[in-house]
Amino acid sequence: MRKEVIYQLGNTYRDDLRIYGYHFGKGEKSACIVGSMRGNEVQQMYVCSQLVKALKELEGHGGFVPGSEILVIPSVNHFSMNIGKRFWAVDNTDINRMFPGYDQGETTQRIAAGVFDVVQHYSCGIQFTSFYMPGDFIPHVRMMETGFQKPSLANLFGLPYVVIRKPRPVDTTTLNYNWQIWDTNAFSVYTNATDRIDQVSAGQAVASVLRFLTRMGFLRYTSHSGYIATVVREDDLKNVKSDAAGIYRRLVEPGQEVKKGEVLAEVLDPHEGDVVSRILSPERGIIFFAYAQPLVMERAIIFKIIKRLHQ
Amino acid sequence: MIKTVVSVGLPVDEKLRIRKQTMEGPEAKGEKKRICIVTGTHGDELEGQYVCYELGRRLKEQKEHLKGIVDIYPALNPLGVDSITRGIPMFDLDMNRIFPGNEDGPVPEYVASRIIEDIKGADLCIDIHASNIFLREIPQVRISEMTAKALLPYAKKLNIDYVWIHGAATVLEATLAHSLNMIGVPTLVVEMGVGMRITLEYGRQLADGIFCLMKELGIWDGDVIRPKKPIISTDGQVGFVNANHSGIFIPHVDHWESIRKGETIGEILNPLEGKVEENLYSPCDGMVFTLREYPIVNSGSLIARVLGGEFH
Ligand SMILES: [Zn+2]
Repeated sequence: MRKEVIYQLGNTYRDDLRIYGYHFGKGEKSACIVGSMRGNEVQQMYVCSQLVKALKELEGHGGFVPGSEILVIPSVNHFSMNIGKRFWAVDNTDINRMFPGYDQGETTQRIAAGVFDVVQHYSCGIQFTSFYMPGDFIPHVRMMETGFQKPSLANLFGLPYVVIRKPRPVDTTTLNYNWQIWDTNAFSVYTNATDRIDQVSAGQAVASVLRFLTRMGFLRYTSHSGYIATVVREDDLKNVKSDAAGIYRRLVEPGQEVKKGEVLAEVLDPHEGDVVSRILSPERGIIFFAYAQPLVMERAIIFKIIKRLHQ
Repeated sequence: MIKTVVSVGLPVDEKLRIRKQTMEGPEAKGEKKRICIVTGTHGDELEGQYVCYELGRRLKEQKEHLKGIVDIYPALNPLGVDSITRGIPMFDLDMNRIFPGNEDGPVPEYVASRIIEDIKGADLCIDIHASNIFLREIPQVRISEMTAKALLPYAKKLNIDYVWIHGAATVLEATLAHSLNMIGVPTLVVEMGVGMRITLEYGRQLADGIFCLMKELGIWDGDVIRPKKPIISTDGQVGFVNANHSGIFIPHVDHWESIRKGETIGEILNPLEGKVEENLYSPCDGMVFTLREYPIVNSGSLIARVLGGEFH
């Protein structure tokens, strides 16, 4: 393993921002794994730290196939993490909306350019990231439909689901999109936590990346075969919204099978405690995403359901 | 008349409401024209608040001259305006990146779709922004190359100092202005002043310009001023100055003043060590139309934009 500062930014009031890369193996740029790019993505950094630990051990036991190099960047934006902010501390910009970056531009464009310069040209790029709605997912791999995406490769992670979605204008400045545009096979891996550590899904995420790297021929590692992934399109997920506002009580978990008409959640009057609404499942299916906050707004998306494919 | 454009229940008792004032001329006949004035998409930009007030005041005072419909939306992001939050509170999302929205999507996208639905069919829309808390801007209209031909005639009537015609970017396709331009509502984006402040002089200047445009559209038949002739630019003539060090920025020039190539725009100072970290120079002869207002800078922070050319 070789640890290196891949980007450094000076600061008058704080320590310098130092972004580290951990290189394993020698040879072709095979895979690059990027962790937290936002200050609340603690689980994403944790998963990468566990991956660095596992790769270190594998390297010591001859687990690397000669000729391939793997890079892990556990965190990009610990400057925000250290002060409890999600986005860049000064101007609240999101580094993951600044790619491919510009080295003469604004601060977060410079950081993005510095990172992109190092992470591009790898044949595979894996990013651990988070969703803008607070909630829990079934662990899955997400790909954007850029015309360059390869869902068959996403299958090699052995996670239960692969989600494909059409990029929107805001997505064109993400790392994932730019990786794909510049010839890297890019995958975003979602575990079921962000600002807290979930050991089980972190373990599953580490195992899925090791499985992927093995199946791609970069590692020698005996892994469980994992799942044969179901490929779903984001548009095919059924959104369930809350029809009332108040205190939110969730009754089902991600991964759970639900029947049509089953009560998924209750909304309570925030002062009197009565149930003002019971949210029913519109379909038979599997809970893919579940909102996770104690309060809910009217019209908020609280579940995404994978419609039952085989009746 | 005050109308609610969209309303969404918040968890405890309150409702998020986007409201507008609709003013309609009593004598309007035949094809009634409608203009929409919108602002407050970014909750930390307040310059448009005074413009909305001033328009409403003048229209009420001289009702007899109003011949069409004027819709005034002072706060598209009311929770943000009230809480000094640039994005939409609770979502940490830039509202100007989610248009045209989606009726069935998450709450911010639902709200965006209702706003578009409400403005749809108007003859003109003016979307007033106020830079951000970091940069001060002269009153200007920003239009993309793609819409320049259609929008420039309107921009010239708006009594602003400058029209910046910029290149297209995919990410800007999710702005309110782009979405409205796509559905046939000509929309001008105004940028002026600085975040978290109101510059009265700019507010009056723009209000005067909006009356000029309304006269042109046949919505207003009262007296108007003669709009000032804006300087018009293209991307190629704009020079950018960014910081390369962190520290405090002290400007050496005034905003909207002419400058020579190589002249000092300002310095970045280190308060701990008592030294100058960096001197920043103008990349060309021209006018400083954007100037850093917020003193703390990082490497990369935008310091100034200079419009190249000879101005007197
Ligand atoms: Zn704005």
